[in-house]
Parts: sequence; structure tokens; C-alpha cells
Amino acid sequence: MSEKTVIEFVLQRFPDLLTKLGEHLILTGISTGIAILIGLPLGIWITRNIHIRGLILNFAGIVQTVPSLALLAFLLPFMGIGVAPAVVALTLYALLPIIRNTSTGLDGISPEIIEAAHGMGFTDRQRLWMVEIPLALPVIVAGIRTAAVIGVGIATLSAFIGAGGLGDFIVRGLALNNTSLILLGAVPAAILALGLDFLIGIVEKKLRRGAG
Amino acid sequence: MIVLRDLCKSFDDGNTFAVRDVSLEIAEGETLILLGSSGSGKTTTLKMINRLIEPTSGTIEVDGTNVLEQNPVELRRSIGYVFQGIGLFPHMTVEENVSIVLRLTGRPKAERRARAHELLNLVELHPDDFAERFPTELSGGQQQRVGVARGLAADPAYLLMDEPFGALDALTRDTLQQEILQLKEKLNKTIVFVTHDIFEALTLADRIAVMHDGNLEQVGTRQEILSHPATPFVQHLFEKPANQLTAFREHMK
Repeated sequence: MSEKTVIEFVLQRFPDLLTKLGEHLILTGISTGIAILIGLPLGIWITRNIHIRGLILNFAGIVQTVPSLALLAFLLPFMGIGVAPAVVALTLYALLPIIRNTSTGLDGISPEIIEAAHGMGFTDRQRLWMVEIPLALPVIVAGIRTAAVIGVGIATLSAFIGAGGLGDFIVRGLALNNTSLILLGAVPAAILALGLDFLIGIVEKKLRRGAG
Repeated sequence: MIVLRDLCKSFDDGNTFAVRDVSLEIAEGETLILLGSSGSGKTTTLKMINRLIEPTSGTIEVDGTNVLEQNPVELRRSIGYVFQGIGLFPHMTVEENVSIVLRLTGRPKAERRARAHELLNLVELHPDDFAERFPTELSGGQQQRVGVARGLAADPAYLLMDEPFGALDALTRDTLQQEILQLKEKLNKTIVFVTHDIFEALTLADRIAVMHDGNLEQVGTRQEILSHPATPFVQHLFEKPANQLTAFREHMK
């Protein structure tokens, strides 16, 4: 395909591309968001209850090792097809990096700082919000970054269960044996993953500087 | 006044005792030094006063109230605490660190700032130069000055100091000891100060409590302890540096 026809091909499908890109971002965004809402409290909780720590991390770790297509297929009989099972699967994948980094970040705070907070008369809640979370935030954000990048990749597979997104182009391209169509899904998905990685990376770096 | 009565602490269900039957009264405005080597129980004793460690048995009264009947958070806010680890909050400026206890109790920002500047002046760190800096930008000695200022923020009647100058070089330590002496004059706080350094104890003490293996060996003024050591351990403890100095002088001849 010549350069000109590539541009024509993309322009012709540009509105469609934007829609799919939007769907893809929403899928990734919602599932990463839910994973933060669940993973952050869980990550905090397991630093306070060491005995359940292994259990939670192992569970999240096992989910992580299940191949993504298999997980989607596994959810099929329970949730059918569409956006809902895709969001569930994506959320499960995003949980491990967020839980793990939250607990690692909190564990990494020096004991002197914790002792100072105790000695000054912080309540547990004040210590968490004013000291521990701000200091662990760069590590927590690094976990969110990993989760988001994984999410973009796996979200392409959710097209197989009818959840939309850039994977639609890939599914259609495979069915029609149309390489251009496959690339129309694959290339933007790759750029999206790299872009998110870069942007959240900037946030992380800023926070690291702030946390000294 | 702080009163310790028959205070015991065991970390292994009574097999061994880190602190055993310590009874001690600390008078208003006095500086009491808990002196002992590591493992003597001095830090454990100190930390039981603000309930960072809970006693196994015995009681501690601060101003006539048993500390175990007080809310630990309120208790700790009413007692200044300075320790060797310093533990300044790295994400907060010097000013925020110094006034953190006032923020915990919800005091307005203007008041916190004024108090922080007042305290920074007191520990001889000029607020214009230091208030906006972060702890990592300070030397060890400057960090501990901030630590002392932070301990004084709520104007507590009592100040607990756990080897606050232990990690500093000899020169800085000497300067800070002199400043603590001046602060004592100015502020009239009751200070409980833990150290293993005999010279630090002799410099700062109104009274010294010597601890060894969890037991309180002797409590008394410098003169009392130097001229009438109650146990062989106390005698040996104070003789050793003197003998070392004599030996060193001999060697130099």
C-alpha cells in the first residue's frame, strides 16, 4: 500500500477510529478507576493485617497469571457478552499492581517517620492521610501506571466478547484477512499505551520530587 | 510532676524484664537524665511515659493522672517528644514540620506560622532562611534543631528526649547541649532525657537516674552520684572515663 492510500484509508475511517478510541479509553478508564477504588483500601488494609496479606496478594497474583482471553471466556457463562464482563476482567487485572504498590509504598516509609507521627499524637487516620499516603503516593501512582498500560493492551481483546474498543478493528481485520484493518486497531492501541505510560510517568516523577 | 511506681516491662510474657520495678519521681521544672548503656531499659522507661510502650505492671502518673486512663493521642500531644531518629516529615517544609501538632489540633494557619517562626528563632534557625526549606536540605544538626522546635510547638509542660543528639558529631552535639541548657533557663520545662553519654548526662542533669539491666541503680544529683555511688556498677560507670583519661595522659608523656 502506498503512502497516499494509507492516509486515505485512515481518513476514510477516521470518525470510526475516534469512536473506537473513545470506547477503548472508557473501558480502560472505568476499569482502572474501579481497581483504584478497590485496590487502594485493600493495599492499606493488608499493611495493617499482615496475616491476610499473603492471601490477598496471592489471589491477585493468580488472576494475573490467567491468560486474558481465557478469563474473558470464563466470565462468559456468568456475565454474557458486552461491556460488563470486559470491565470485570480488566479490573481484576489492574488490581494486582495497585494493591502491591500501595502496600509496598506504605511499607517503604522509614520507621523513624512513623515513630515521630506516633510520638506527636497523630490519630491513625491523620497519620494515614497526612503522612503515609503522601509519602507512598509516587509508588502508588507507579502501580496505577502499570495497571493502565496493562489495561490498554487487554482491552483490545475484549472486542472478542463484544465490548467494542480498538480491538474491533483487529477482530474484523482478522475475519476479513485485512492487514490494514488489523493495524488500524493495533497501532493506535500501542500509541495509547505508550502515551498513558509517558503521561502518568510525568505525574509520578513530579510526586517523587515532592516527596524528597 | 511525673511519678513512676513499680514500673515493669517484659516483652516476652515475663521471662525477662526490660524494665524491673522502677520507681521514680520527676519534679516540676527539673531535668532528669536516664543514663545507661543500650539494653539498660532507659528508652523503654521513657516511652512508657507517653504510652509508645505500655507497661506490663506498675503505674505512671503525669500531673496526678494515671496515663493509662488517658487517651494516648491527647496524652502524646500534651508531651513534647524528641528522639534520635528525628523523623522529620520529608514532604513538609520546616515550618509545617515545626507546627504539625498545632495542625493536628486544628489551629488556624496564621497562628501556626507565627508559632513556627517564634520556635525557629528559639532554636537559632532564622525563619527567613529556613521556614520554607525541606528537611533533606538541612544538616543533621539543623534537622535536630527543627526536631526540638517541633517538640516544643504545643508549649508542653513536659519534654521527653530520647538520645536526641546521639547521631550528631561531637562539636554539633556540644553546641546543642549548650542550647538545651539555655532553653531550660528560658522555658522552665520538665525534661526527661535519655542518654548513654556520661558527659552529656553530667552537662545537662539536675538529677541523674542510672539504669542497668532494667534496674534503677541510683538516682541523685551529680555530686551525690559522683561522691557516693550506690552500687559497684555506678562507681565503675563513672570511674571508667576518668581512668581512660588518666591512661591517655600517661601515654602522651
